[in-house]
Order: sequence, then structure tokens, then C-alpha cells
Amino acid sequence: MALPVYASPLERTWHYSYLTICALIFLFLMAPILIVIPLSFNAQPYFTFTTEMLHFDPNGYSLRWYDQLITFGMQHPEAPRDWSFWMDFWENATWMQVAKNSVIIGISATVLATVLGTIAALGLTRPEMPYRKQITAVLISPMIVPIIISATGMFFFYSWVRLPMLSFDGGVHIEFARLAGSYAGIILAHAALGIPFVIITVTATLSGFDQSLVRAAASLGANPRTAFFRVVMPLIMPGVVSGALFAFVTSFDEVVAVLFIAGHDQQTIPRQMWNGIREQISPAILAVATILVAVSILLLATVELLRRRSERLRGVTPS
Amino acid sequence: MTETASLTTSDGKPLKAALAASLATRRKKALLLVAPLLLFVLVTFIVPIGQMLFQSVHNDGFSSTAPTLQAWFKDHPEGSDIDESAYAALAADLKQMKADRTAGVAGTRINYDISGTQSLFTSTARKADTMKPPYKDAILATSDKWGDPNVWRAMRDASSPYTIDFFLNAVDMTRASDGHIVAVPSDQAVYKKLFWRTIVMSAEITVLCLLLGFPIAFLLANIPMRHAMLLMILVLLPFWTSLLVRTTSWMVLLQQQGVINDLLVWLGIIDNGHRLEMMYNETGTIIAMTHILLPFTILPLYSVMKTIPPSYVRAARSLGATSWTAFRRVYLPQTLPGLGAGGLLVFILAMGYYITPALVGGADGQMISNMIAFHMQKSLNWSLAAALSTILLVIVMIFFWIYDRIVGIDKMKLG
Repeated sequence: MALPVYASPLERTWHYSYLTICALIFLFLMAPILIVIPLSFNAQPYFTFTTEMLHFDPNGYSLRWYDQLITFGMQHPEAPRDWSFWMDFWENATWMQVAKNSVIIGISATVLATVLGTIAALGLTRPEMPYRKQITAVLISPMIVPIIISATGMFFFYSWVRLPMLSFDGGVHIEFARLAGSYAGIILAHAALGIPFVIITVTATLSGFDQSLVRAAASLGANPRTAFFRVVMPLIMPGVVSGALFAFVTSFDEVVAVLFIAGHDQQTIPRQMWNGIREQISPAILAVATILVAVSILLLATVELLRRRSERLRGVTPS
Repeated sequence: MTETASLTTSDGKPLKAALAASLATRRKKALLLVAPLLLFVLVTFIVPIGQMLFQSVHNDGFSSTAPTLQAWFKDHPEGSDIDESAYAALAADLKQMKADRTAGVAGTRINYDISGTQSLFTSTARKADTMKPPYKDAILATSDKWGDPNVWRAMRDASSPYTIDFFLNAVDMTRASDGHIVAVPSDQAVYKKLFWRTIVMSAEITVLCLLLGFPIAFLLANIPMRHAMLLMILVLLPFWTSLLVRTTSWMVLLQQQGVINDLLVWLGIIDNGHRLEMMYNETGTIIAMTHILLPFTILPLYSVMKTIPPSYVRAARSLGATSWTAFRRVYLPQTLPGLGAGGLLVFILAMGYYITPALVGGADGQMISNMIAFHMQKSLNWSLAAALSTILLVIVMIFFWIYDRIVGIDKMKLG
């Protein structure tokens, strides 16, 4: 991108205006994500910088919105911060409950999507796979079909299907319950929505996979199972993990299916944010947003490290 | 040829047959690996979509609760006189509805066609037990609306559980009192306009994404890898950040007392009394959605631009092309696959957006998804919601098919 020494003044001007344009677009990309961080420490219930904040006056900043996040929904929010306070927080605080749900649903859906998706990707990348295009189209479709349509269809189907489920009121017995309004329902829905991401990342990793390694393992006496677990699995692991992370983020960020098919007990973080934004938006939402930005930075760092590791393993050096 | 045909494996089978058998086994093994997931997606996703499609042409709210009338309509073709026997059938069904508490269900179905008829059913059903023949007079005494031929036509239509009426409604058509299909009055026509606005807004967002994504992708593709990796993080971070977080941030930035307006006032660009209205309208939806979908254009453009050798542009320059000509005639055509892939993907995703328009869209920034959600959750006209969804699904599938033809679904990449 460096400017050649013989560049004309016009080219010079254009070059620098081009760089300015790029800087502005990067600002457009990053500003909305960065702006919530300082604003979440606002001492006032405003969504803009107060004069105190602009003068870096410590009085302009506070942790009150984070405090509100912790105590919201608790039975004794004013109690001293001892062991029983934090037990109360773990048991009753609204944001804690929705965070637990998000994690339970996210992890279950991710495990389902990743296990089934990886096995399927192994089949899809075999050269003799029949109807590959058609099957891939079906498996990718949850990503393409607008979420409102998927959620509508799932609402009809999941309210209609009844599955035998264990129930624990007093004794353990089996009862036929609707999928809608159950953990099983929302986990199945989120797994379906996450599958395309697993398929895409794992098939991409497998397409760069050298099949002669499997033959080499076989020639050295490994049976197919050993060859898979000792040779294939370690090599495609980075792809599988980044697919799993995509699937997890899909579930962790999903709100429409939750709106349509989850019951009162399965509210998740985005669902609670949706409530907060629709009703009375308070800077407490910005505190949640800040925490989620931190989570996404962690996830992105993990995926990038995995990608580089995968490239190193496959012998592709980042130039 | 004869010699090849007679080749055999060591155990005496013809080679061709042995190869075919081996291929068949391997195909079966590959299919077996895919089968569990395929089954899973079929049950948890494809069947629900199928049920939604079915719901758009099937509604038994009336036909299942009014069997006597259904039989009467079957025996008396369209245009028959609505006589005492029809009212007797209606009275019998209303009595049954009262016993089963289904008058509301039946009324809801007829209410989709003629508004205000739900209460007609519930209030008449309440009095159904005391009715005595002649039923015509008894029923008309409760409300003279029952004499309205439109109500009878609507009941005749609804007496079959299968109907295309919801699709007619979804494209602003209705049945006139004589049964002919006509367009609804223009002040009630909302759906065609909304579909059109969804397409126009998606196209605007796509163009904006391509305009903003192109310079960034070009920059990333033409600087040393180390720097590109760092800048790429700025593109990927928004991609990994929760949709609701990004939408919330835009609400914070765009509102009238928000950061952008404050900044503009402070800079003296606008007057404090004339703060810009950038949210709860189309502008808000477009700005926020462009931001959310921008990474989807940058990534495919970047991967295409990485493969364009710089020597072509240099050759064009050495042959006397100005930098603009070299860019326009040599570089730009080579980026078309990336523009196509990124543009189509953004367009497809934008068409189905729901969250962002619902939160920042206000009245005129809504898209068709929001209307579907409205009918699912507020008006509870699920069949109409299903019909609208079906139309949206068909439009999206057409573009997905084009995407497949141009890019190929197996070429789709993430990050």
C-alpha cells in the first residue's frame, strides 16, 4: 500500500483520502461496540456522556448499574455482602438465572450440533458421497431461512408434538409434555440453528485434510477407529472447536426462537435484554452489553488462536 | 475391450462388479455418517417448516366446530337460498359450540374474513340453548348481522378447512360478496407495500455494505499480512458481538439525546433545537443493519481480492491506462465474484431481519418479519402469518438458488 516515489500530487491526495475513508469505516465498525463500555459506568441514568465524565471526574463514574444487575430480582438486595448474600444472588438474581439458562441451553445445543455435525461432515467430504449438494443444502438451510420463519414453524410443530419426559414432582415419573416451553424444545431448536456453522467450518477443515495420512496409518496397522482418533481427530480438532464456538454463539445470541417457543423458565440473557430494551431501557442494559463484549473478545481470541494453530498443523504458514 | 471385461479379482468375481460393489459399500458408509444429522435436521427443522406451510392453506377453526353447517353447505351449492334449514343447522352448531366452549374458535376464523364477527358468535352461542324453531327468526332476533350474505359466504368458505384465502389476504386481495377475488381498498392494502419496502430496504443495505466493505477489503488485501491480521480483528469483533448488544449501542448512539446528536450540537453543526431524528424510523434500521451485516461483505470480498495478482493492474498501467481506468477495467471485474457472493448473502440475510427493525425501526422502519411476528403474537391470525412466511420463504429461496448458482453453497465460508 505504500505510495511510490513517483506518485503525482493527485495520486498522493487520493491515497491519503482513501486511508481517511478506511479509518472512518473502521470507526463506524468499532464505535458502537466501544461506546457502551464507558457509558456503562455512567453515574447518571443517561445514555450520553455527562460533563463530569468528559472531565474524567471520578464522581461522574460509578458501578451502580453493575450493582443493579447483581441485586435485580434478589430477595434481600440490601443485605451485607456475605456468604448468604451471594447464595441469594446465585439462587434468585434475575440475570444470574437467565445466564444459567443461556449456558445450559448453549452448551447442550452446542454438544448436539457439534457431535452430529462433525460426523456428518466426515461423510459429506468423502468423494463417493451421493447427493452431496442436495444434502448440504438441507443441512445449511437453518442459516438461510429467515429466523422468524424458522421460529414460526417451530412454534407450530413444538406446541403440537408431545414427548415422554421425566418429571420430578415428588416421585420420578414419565409424562407426555409439549416440546414448547421445555428445555428440550429450545435445545433442539438451537442445535438445529447451530448445525450449519459446524458443517461449514468442519467441511472446510476436512477439505484441506490429506487423506493419505489415513492410508499411512492403516498401512502401519491402525484399524479405522484408531486411525480416526489418533490421526484424523487431532488434525481437524481446531476446525471442530471453532465450529462449536460458532454454534455456541448462535445459541447464546438467539432471541427469536426463545421468544416463540421457550416458556417462563427458559428465559435467556438475550431474551432478558430484549425485555429490558422494549420496556424501559436503563443503563443496566449497557452493563450487560459490556460484559457480553468482553465475552465476545474472549471468543474471538480463542477462534483466532485455533485458526492459526490449525494452519500451523496443516503446514500453511501465515505469510 | 474383451480382455478388460474378462479381468477378475483373485476370488474369481468380474473386476467391474467387484469395483461397483465396493463403491456401493463406500457410498452407503458415507450416507450412514450423514444420516443421523440429516434425520435430526429433518425432524427439528424441515418438518416444522412443512407444518408452517400447511398452516398457510389449512385452518379448521370453523370447519371442525360447525359440522352441521358444513354438511348443509355441501348439500346446497353456492347461490342457494339461506332458508330455515340453514338457520336450523346454524342453531344446532351454536348449541354444540356452547357446550364445547368453541364459539370463540369458530368466531375467530370468520373474524379473519369479516371483522367484528367474533363477538357475534360468542354472544349468539350464549343464547343458543333457549332458541326454538323457527330458527331463522330466533337467530335474526339476536342480531340482524346473521342476515348478512357476506357472513354466510364467509362461513361457506370456512366450512372447508383448506383455503387459499390467507394467501389472497397476504397479497392484499379478498373475496367480494359475490365470491369474486378483488383487491382490497387501497387504504387497507399493507402487505404488498411492506414486501416491496422489505426488498427496497434490503437492497439499500446491500449497496451500502458493498460501498463500505470494498475499500476495507481492498486495504486488508493489499497491506502486509501482519497488519492485515490486526485490522481483521476490527472486522471480526463486531461479527462476534451479540446482535442485541450492537442494536442497543446504536440506540444509544442514535437517539435524540444520544452521543451522535450531542457531538453534532457541540461541534455546532446542528442547533440544539433541531436534533436529528435517526432512530425509530427507516434511517435507524438501515444504519444499524448496515453495521451488523458489513462483515458479511468484507470477508468474501477480502478472500477474492487476496487471489488477484497485482501484476494485472501493473500491466494495465504500463500499457498506458490511468489508475482509474486500470481499476475500472482490470481490477473491478476480477472482484465480481466477491461482490456477488457478499452482496447476495447480505441481501438474503437482510430480507429476514427481525430484531433490529423491531427495536430501532419505529413505524416506517418495519420489515415483513415484523408483520409476521405481529400476526403470530398479537393478532393471533396464525394462518395469515404462515402465508406471509411462505411468500417470504419463496423469495429468499429464489435468491439462495441464485447464490448457489453463482457462488455454490459448498463455497460458503465463515471468518
